[in-house]
Amino acid sequence: MAAAASLPVIDLHDVTKTYRTGTLTVEAVRGVTLSILPGEYVAVMGPSGSGKSTLMHILGCLDPLTSGSYRLAGQDVSRMSDDELADVRNRRIGFVFQQFNLLPSLPAWRNVELPLCYAGVRRHERRSRAIDALRRVGLADRIMHRPGELSGGQQQRVAIARALVTDPALILADEPTGNLDSAAAAEVLALFGELHRFGRTIVLITHEADVAVRADRTVRLRDGRIEADRDHAEALS
Amino acid sequence: MSWLETLRTGLDAVLSHRLRSGLTMLGILIGIAAVILTVGFGEGAQAKVTGEINALGSNLLVVSPGSATASTGIRGGFGSASTLTQADATALASKTVAPDIAAVAPATQRSETLTATGTNWTTTVVGTTPDWLSVRARSVTEGRFLTDADENTDAAVTVLGATTAQELFGLRDPIGQTVTVNGLPLTVIGVLNTVGASASSSTTNLDDQAVVPITTVANRIFGGSSRTSVQSIYIEATSSGALSAAYQEADSELLRLHQVGAADADFTIASQQSLLTTATSVDKTLTELLASIAAISLLVGGIGVMNIMLVSVTERIREIGLRKALGATHRAIRRQFLVEASVLGLAGGVLGAGIGLVGATVLPHLISNPITISPTATVGAIVVAIGIGIGFGVYPATRAARLAPIDALRSE
Repeated sequence: MAAAASLPVIDLHDVTKTYRTGTLTVEAVRGVTLSILPGEYVAVMGPSGSGKSTLMHILGCLDPLTSGSYRLAGQDVSRMSDDELADVRNRRIGFVFQQFNLLPSLPAWRNVELPLCYAGVRRHERRSRAIDALRRVGLADRIMHRPGELSGGQQQRVAIARALVTDPALILADEPTGNLDSAAAAEVLALFGELHRFGRTIVLITHEADVAVRADRTVRLRDGRIEADRDHAEALS
Repeated sequence: MSWLETLRTGLDAVLSHRLRSGLTMLGILIGIAAVILTVGFGEGAQAKVTGEINALGSNLLVVSPGSATASTGIRGGFGSASTLTQADATALASKTVAPDIAAVAPATQRSETLTATGTNWTTTVVGTTPDWLSVRARSVTEGRFLTDADENTDAAVTVLGATTAQELFGLRDPIGQTVTVNGLPLTVIGVLNTVGASASSSTTNLDDQAVVPITTVANRIFGGSSRTSVQSIYIEATSSGALSAAYQEADSELLRLHQVGAADADFTIASQQSLLTTATSVDKTLTELLASIAAISLLVGGIGVMNIMLVSVTERIREIGLRKALGATHRAIRRQFLVEASVLGLAGGVLGAGIGLVGATVLPHLISNPITISPTATVGAIVVAIGIGIGFGVYPATRAARLAPIDALRSE
């Protein structure tokens, strides 16, 4: 791979995460070491309870680690304050959620510009970048539509536009097709494939094998550990 | 996120729940309108009383017989002979004794029935001196006032209040007509100017009286044993700044003349200010009572804001989580909810002030009391409304800001 020489986007080293709920202690992630290079398209798979949601929260800087270290785009994020993490999420990560998580009262372009508001980008620039991002996901004619006026697939594409608008180092998608019918899911997966061809780094969390095969590499989790880490190109050869 | 951006977000949130926002604002609105109206009502009542008391005469001091003491109640006698005499008045008028006193008018008064060609009218007959006119800040609209000559000759003349003249003579010109009091015919020589409704501090209607030379009253109308005693001495100070000096001079001179110590004073000197204080204290108490009820309604309105903001935070946990995931800091989230709460407060405050002002313009036509619109109270009320929005918004906003992003995103 051409990008192999460059710095990894994600560099987890022996990461653990322990939750304490009352007297019960849950070890959701038990020592994960993972490195993802720029331009990789990685699917994280595993049955429910395997720790993939926790891993996604850690990768997304939404939840602090219990131990180990995490470097995101060369930056050590494991000891950052809440506000620094907010800034990292804002500038380095684009999130795509299963529930879309669009704000229903805002038109598509205002949803897309939201991360730019928190980045302090000026209004007219926000608008043009939001419209650009919507054009890239094929929704140039839906700029003023509110989420309620869009189909599920279109809503998820608005969410993808929102993830792209800050030009992040990493796109983190959590079951992005979980709420979509198969046609819309195919549309969204095709979009991810296209983004990948343009060199985006994508981590996609899913429990569906036919979604995972669209990625270059599959990381399989079980009981909070990496059970298998396979490059599809190698597997085919 | 800039303040402008936050404000826009807050407005969006308020506008997207119109009914709920409207009801929340209603609480603030009613409170603010009530505060503006009650304060305006109180200030209006006080302004009215102040106007009436100012109409008594400028720079006025009033000496009355007797004094209120802590243990024995009223000293000296209204029923018995008055402790004030015409000699007291004459002494106070001396420029050497009291340089800060401009003029002095002793007065004695009694309710009497006046008769004029078949018409009877019971009014207050006031016996006084020519200085009364300037001391009480009055003027005559027709004819002339009493003169020193009238006083020196016990002249049978009278100057009538406007109402009295109207009641006795109707549309006829009262000047030169005759009215009879206690069998003594008096010639009407003048009519006093109109000063409006009665002062609430006095039992006398200032437009309904018959002014007669004090000597005539003492010798020819009231008669009796205490001809030289007077019921009040009106004192006009040279200026409003000299009022307290005039007070001191009158006080020490009267104590000297009556040969009593300050503790045994058999007279009371009241200034306009003290009359005002007494007269407005009731209004003040009422206003304070009403305003505190209004303030309680404002407090209830504030709790309404807090309640709605807490509901709003709970309802929008996912939105908060999303915003945090997209890079909102604690501060940005707290600010967003604070702005939202203060938008509710501000809107309620401005609408409430508007309704209060409309009420203050319309209500005086329906009730007899004037309502003074106080700019301070209006601006203050709006500031308080924003303050309530922020104050009661802090807790919900802090709760929203503290939510962990994953907990917020996970919630259904």
